[in-house]
Amino acid sequence: MFLEMSMKKFIDFINRVFLQVFKGRKNIRIGLYGPVNAGKSSLANRICLDWIGEEMSEVSKIPHETREIKVKEKVTIEKNGKNLSFNLVDTPGIATKIDYEDFMKFGMNQKDAKKRAKEATKGVIEAIKWLENVDCVLVVLDATRNPYDQVNVTIIGNLAARDIPVLIVANKTDLRKSNIKRVQSAFPQYKVVGVSALKGKNIDSFYEELFELVK
Amino acid sequence: MLTLQFIPYYELQNLTQAQRISKFLRSVRDNKIVLVEGKLDPQEEALLIEKTMEEINKNFKGVEICSVDSMMDADLLKKIRIALAKFILGNRSGFTVIGPASIVREIRKDPNKIELLTTALGSRSRRRR
Repeated sequence: MFLEMSMKKFIDFINRVFLQVFKGRKNIRIGLYGPVNAGKSSLANRICLDWIGEEMSEVSKIPHETREIKVKEKVTIEKNGKNLSFNLVDTPGIATKIDYEDFMKFGMNQKDAKKRAKEATKGVIEAIKWLENVDCVLVVLDATRNPYDQVNVTIIGNLAARDIPVLIVANKTDLRKSNIKRVQSAFPQYKVVGVSALKGKNIDSFYEELFELVK
Repeated sequence: MLTLQFIPYYELQNLTQAQRISKFLRSVRDNKIVLVEGKLDPQEEALLIEKTMEEINKNFKGVEICSVDSMMDADLLKKIRIALAKFILGNRSGFTVIGPASIVREIRKDPNKIELLTTALGSRSRRRR
C-alpha cells in the first residue's frame, strides 16, 4: 500500500517536471474543479467574456449541466502590463452519487433524466482522470454551502498529493448566505478569494490571485 | 433495519487499492453502512468515486462518504508521533464512513461533529466525534 502510493507520487512528480521543462508556460492548463453547481462554468464564462468576448460553457440550475471536459485555448489576461496566457479547462462537477430522479424534479422526462445521469457519471470519471493533465487548479466552491463536504476535501487532497498549485474560489458571494470565512477556516493552508462569477463581484482580485497562482 | 459493518485495518492491509475499493462497494451495495478503520488517502477516495460512478444504475445511486483524520487538530509533536506510528503500523488513524446514497441521504461534517442523515429510517441519527 505504501509502495503503491509512493510510486504514484513519484510518477506524478516526474510527469510534472517533464511538463514544466517541455511544455513551457505558454500552454499552461488551468483546470476548474469543484462539486456540482458550484459555479465552475459561470466562472469559465466570466473569464472568457472578460478577455475574449465570448462564453465557453452552458450553465443551468439543473445539476450536471457540464458533462464533458471543455477546453478554451489561448485565453490571455492582462494585469499591470503583464500578460498571462493559458488554456482554460472546464470540468464536470465531482459527485459521489447521481440519481436520475433528481433531474426529474426539474421537469425533465424520465428518458432524458436517465440519459443525463448516464452522461454525468462518465463526466465525473473524466474529470478525475483529467487531474493528470492540469498544471494549476481553481477549486470553485459554493460559499453558501458547507465547505467541509467530502467531495471538496477529496479534490483538494488529490491536488495536494500531485503538488498542483491551487487557488480556492469561494463563489456566489452575492448571496446573503455566503460565508468566505468558513471556507478559509476549512482550508487554512490555501489562498481563498471570494467572487460572484455571475455578477462579476471582486473579479479583479481574482485575476490578481490568478497571476500569483501561476507565477 | 440499518446495518453498520466495521472493517478493521488488518482486513485491508494486504489488499491492493482496487481490492479494498471493491470490498467497500460490495458491502455498500448490500445496503450496509461501512465504518473503515483508518482514513482513506485522497487517491483512494478518488478511485472510490470513479468505481462508484461505473456502478451507478437504476438500483444503485452512489455513495455518501466521510473521512475523519485524527491528525487534523493535533499539534506538531503529536503529528510527528502519529506519522511515525503510521509508518510502522500502517494508516489506521482516523476512520471513514461509506454508506449507500439510497440510505444515507447526507453526511454533514464540520470540525466538531459528523451527522448522518438517513432516509431509510426517516429520522436523523448523529455521531459525535
